[in-house]
Amino acid sequence: MHPSAKVVLFALCMLPISWLIYRVASNGAGANPQEYLIRATGDWTLRFICIVLAVTPLRTISNTPQLARFRRMLGLFVYFYVVIHLLSYSWFDMGFDVADIAKDIAKRPFILVGFLGFLLLTPLAATSFNKAIKAMGAKRWQLLHKLVYVISGLGLLHFFWMRAGKNNFAEVFVYAAIIAALLGWRVRQYLIKKKSAAQTIQARAAT
Amino acid sequence: MLIKTNANGFHHTASSEITPLSAYQSRRDLMKLMATGAAGAAMASWASREAMAQSVDKPGKLAALAGGKSAVAGAVTMEKITDYKDATTYNNFYEFGTDKADPGKNAHTLVTKPWSVAIEGMVKQPKSYTLEDLIKLSPQEERIYRLRCVEGWSMVIPWVGYSLSELIKKVEPLSSAKYVEFVTLADPKTMPFVGSRVLEWPYVEALRMDEAMHPLALLSFGMYGEVLPNQNGAPVRMVLPWKYGFKSGKSIVKIRFTDKEPKTAWNKAAASEYGFYSNVNPNVDHPRWSQASERRIGEDGLFAKKRKTLMFNGYEAQVGQLYAGMDLKKNF
Repeated sequence: MHPSAKVVLFALCMLPISWLIYRVASNGAGANPQEYLIRATGDWTLRFICIVLAVTPLRTISNTPQLARFRRMLGLFVYFYVVIHLLSYSWFDMGFDVADIAKDIAKRPFILVGFLGFLLLTPLAATSFNKAIKAMGAKRWQLLHKLVYVISGLGLLHFFWMRAGKNNFAEVFVYAAIIAALLGWRVRQYLIKKKSAAQTIQARAAT
Repeated sequence: MLIKTNANGFHHTASSEITPLSAYQSRRDLMKLMATGAAGAAMASWASREAMAQSVDKPGKLAALAGGKSAVAGAVTMEKITDYKDATTYNNFYEFGTDKADPGKNAHTLVTKPWSVAIEGMVKQPKSYTLEDLIKLSPQEERIYRLRCVEGWSMVIPWVGYSLSELIKKVEPLSSAKYVEFVTLADPKTMPFVGSRVLEWPYVEALRMDEAMHPLALLSFGMYGEVLPNQNGAPVRMVLPWKYGFKSGKSIVKIRFTDKEPKTAWNKAAASEYGFYSNVNPNVDHPRWSQASERRIGEDGLFAKKRKTLMFNGYEAQVGQLYAGMDLKKNF
């Protein structure tokens, strides 16, 4: 793959936030720009979760192992967008009033679930460098990063609950279907692997 | 636009309405320039009209509907009026979609001519009014009200209409009538989201008789000096400034008088979240969010803190006595 591919991808990942800032700065974000920013950064967090979960299936199916080197950056962009999402909420909705935020987290289950997702994502982002993998050992590092499945579930639940007030689940189901497909693929891979391993053992026993 | 005659007496000008000296001077200069003929006759007439304009500028999009000065207490707030663009592009009108930009995009299909409103139920004078007759029933007044949405945002809107009590007096409700029900249009042909599962259609709202008789309860036909845009509930809607916005039914086709508390749309959808009264109350939170504060649309900067929500949306002096002795935590 071309050496500049990573730079191009980085620029692409910055496009959504640049677009959002441009829309707000040019008064194109509607009557409630604060709400627009909070919701759009939430949408982009979910989208980046879908994108990062798609890397491994895409790599295997298309037989392009080079894709693996983009996964870390895409994962960090999930964190980038969720941090802006949380900051927008804390700032625009709550005026950085910690007591108000704490009350709101306790009061609204969907905020609690979203916040929990952010908390779980933090150690993943914090261990996104080679030294961390070495220090933790690849096995434990991998186990920790399996948390992304829990996090995507929490993200979906957060979105589902937020939309529950208006019974408006069409978009939620689209994200749920994408994430379910990406996880389903992994389950299938796991079962195939297990089956072939069992067959190898059987074959050995027969000889 | 406020039309003021000598009969209205002396009118105090709000400080926000006073034109800054610099703007006045530059306007004078411009008019002098025009009067010399440099800009032509057509522009000169435009300039003289501009010089007379009051606090509410007509957006010039729809037919004019002027409202006279109101004598009702609390009828005119002096707060900054929300931009017409914000008031017409950020709406909750689920018949046209649940996103707040949807009504502005989709409501052009609504047919408001011909329109009639049926008065039914426990009244001595049941009757179907054409919109034209209804508009002429009482003098139109301008009412500049705060509007507080249950979702936690607010606007200031100059409505045009008259007190619903004027209509109620004309139709003579029976003494057994205790509630007024507002049934709104549910036409799947012109309203694309009628039939969505969010709410039961038609959208129905209701008031207790004494609430409906309160002079602030407005039967509205216009805003910003023009007839109502479709997305804001054309051609006739209720405006109840002390209640959350959803209590004010849009595009009303039927007003029914009854002795039983009617089942209202949001109450049917989620009784624990939306009570019959739904008065603005910063001390009673929505089960899923706080009602203590609100964001004034279009006014504060991006990073401004939300403003505190007022009891009865600031109309406590006018409507508080309607609820004297009631437990507002139970009757939310």
